[in-house]
Amino acid sequence: MTLPPPIVQVRGLTRRFGTGCPACPELTGPAAETNQCPRCRSVTACREVSFELHSGEVLGIVGESGSGKSTVVRLLHFDLAPTAGEYRLNLNGAAAAGLPWLEPGQNLFELGPHQRRQLRNRLMGIVYQNPLLGLRLKVTAGGNIAERLLMAGWRRVERMRERAADLLARTEVPVERMDELPRHFSGGMQQRVQIAKALSTDPAVLLLDEVTTGLDVSVQARVLDLIRSLQRELQIATIVVSHDLGVIRMLTTRTLVMRYGGIVEQGLSDQILEDPQHPYTQLLVNSTL
Amino acid sequence: MSRPARAGAPADWRDGLPPGRDGYSFAFLDAGAKREIRRRILKAVAIPGCQVPFGSREMPIARGWGTGGLQLTLALIGPEDVLKVIDQGADDSVNAVSIRRFVQRVTGVRTTTDTPAATLIQTRHRIPEEPLRPHQILVFQVPIPEPLRLVEPSEKETRRMHAEADYSRMWLYLYEDIVTYGEITIGARYPVLVNRRHLMDPSPIPRWDVERLDRNPALMLFCAGREKRIYALPPHTLVEPLQFEDVPFRVESFAGRRCRRCGSARSFLDEAIDEATGRRSYACSDAAFCEKVRKAGGRTAPEPEEGGP
Ligand SMILES: Nc1ncnc2c1ncn2[C@@H]1O[C@H](COP(=O)(O)OP(=O)(O)O)[C@@H](O)[C@H]1O
Ligand SMILES: [Mg+2]
Ligand SMILES: [Zn+2]
Ligand SMILES: [Zn+2]
Repeated sequence: MTLPPPIVQVRGLTRRFGTGCPACPELTGPAAETNQCPRCRSVTACREVSFELHSGEVLGIVGESGSGKSTVVRLLHFDLAPTAGEYRLNLNGAAAAGLPWLEPGQNLFELGPHQRRQLRNRLMGIVYQNPLLGLRLKVTAGGNIAERLLMAGWRRVERMRERAADLLARTEVPVERMDELPRHFSGGMQQRVQIAKALSTDPAVLLLDEVTTGLDVSVQARVLDLIRSLQRELQIATIVVSHDLGVIRMLTTRTLVMRYGGIVEQGLSDQILEDPQHPYTQLLVNSTL
Repeated sequence: MSRPARAGAPADWRDGLPPGRDGYSFAFLDAGAKREIRRRILKAVAIPGCQVPFGSREMPIARGWGTGGLQLTLALIGPEDVLKVIDQGADDSVNAVSIRRFVQRVTGVRTTTDTPAATLIQTRHRIPEEPLRPHQILVFQVPIPEPLRLVEPSEKETRRMHAEADYSRMWLYLYEDIVTYGEITIGARYPVLVNRRHLMDPSPIPRWDVERLDRNPALMLFCAGREKRIYALPPHTLVEPLQFEDVPFRVESFAGRRCRRCGSARSFLDEAIDEATGRRSYACSDAAFCEKVRKAGGRTAPEPEEGGP
């Protein structure tokens, strides 16, 4: 039996901040134990990151602060442009139908800004650690969801409101608060509105960047439960970024461990957590026990 | 452009323009300035609804008082043009009068208040009620040329939105308006989509006039002097107000009211409140149209006035 092709394929993803110099690749990364080049001071936030994500799979990216996790997610969401790398999506018929210009096997980083924006709006959902990045706090909760529907060409107010109400109900935001500003919501509720917004256009890929970091522990548990149950129901291919091994354990099946911008270990999450191979992963696992 | 070509220019014309009068070039602007503005107009006509920057000149009237419109008028006007200038529908407001006098003085052209008789009409905030014809040019004075300014302060970002035809932020504004107020509250400056491509600010005309932009046979030109932008609707251009399928665009309703002067029930009405009695009454905003209807034997007896609030 042959497996279907992965929905996301990433090859050699690299992003440097700064002008860079010929010595950067040598003098940065896990082996060099720094992400900053001592010669030119440029930071290589992620380097040569390659992985695949399969349909319905939840992939974790774990690593300490500054290891490059958010950079990877932002590159995949086109918030940032890469220094190098390839990014491919294998879409099923329905997802591809709305994007007739998208060639199979196309490196998405070569697309123009307009196409990238369309692709992002149709196929991707993102939830940031900071709700300020993902929500317009001066726009109603329903309006935040409607914006993505409007971008996708929806033009009926009632239909958008039904869709927003449905998503808010699923993410356990009281529907009667739909026309309120998320500015007045608690942190946990803001995250749930972000999740509702991310799900609004039935994304093919969901990116969750430290969704629960900064929330109270009890609120964290509730948001994680929500993500897990949505995951079971919707089966969206998802990347979960966290520095918290508990989150990785609860949500993911496979995990990449990042350090100084590079992947130092990858495999099934259970195996990595039970029997870490790389000394850095061992340190991470032991320090949280 | 859509104006009839002039047969062989007189021998003493230079650069397609008649010789200067009273030490000024014909129509005040020098030939170089006119050429620049005309080039910009051509570009604007070629991309309907798209804002084109131009080098706005100092004019002998204060910015914000129609210097943009005036520059277009001066760049386009020829000796045989007939000029009409209105301010919110009135030919006799101080502003309209001073622009008309100025253009008259530097060109010697004939002026009129009669819409069909004019070849060139400069306007602030209204479209004349009488239908425009091919070969007429309507020049709008524009305070804020960028329709997205309402939702996005950054010029770089609005430029991106236009380039990608990404007007979701404007749509979102309308959605929020409906959710918050039960209706779209934008009165003047209602955003329109031109040729299904460019979002355009129609200048602060009432919604009443927005529908009349659509496929109008006249050439409509818009100019913001302060912000140095020109844009255009060539004749018969498709112009659609942004509207939801289930919340359609609506023009101002006068609920069966008529003009107290001419009796018209098919013109845009201004409301006046009598300070002594507090009673409201209504009259055509287009004064020349009102006068014409009256002369043609429209009702002259004042309508019964509406009660006060
Ligand atoms: N815009 C930026 N300019 C310069 N350096 C940046 C920028 N964004 C991130 N970095 C650097 O890149 C590295 C990786 O950051 P990030 O991807 O946010 O890590 P993580 O999410 O794992 O904490 C850090 O050293 C960070 O300081
Ligand atoms: Mg991060
Ligand atoms: Zn370097
Ligand atoms: Zn009247």
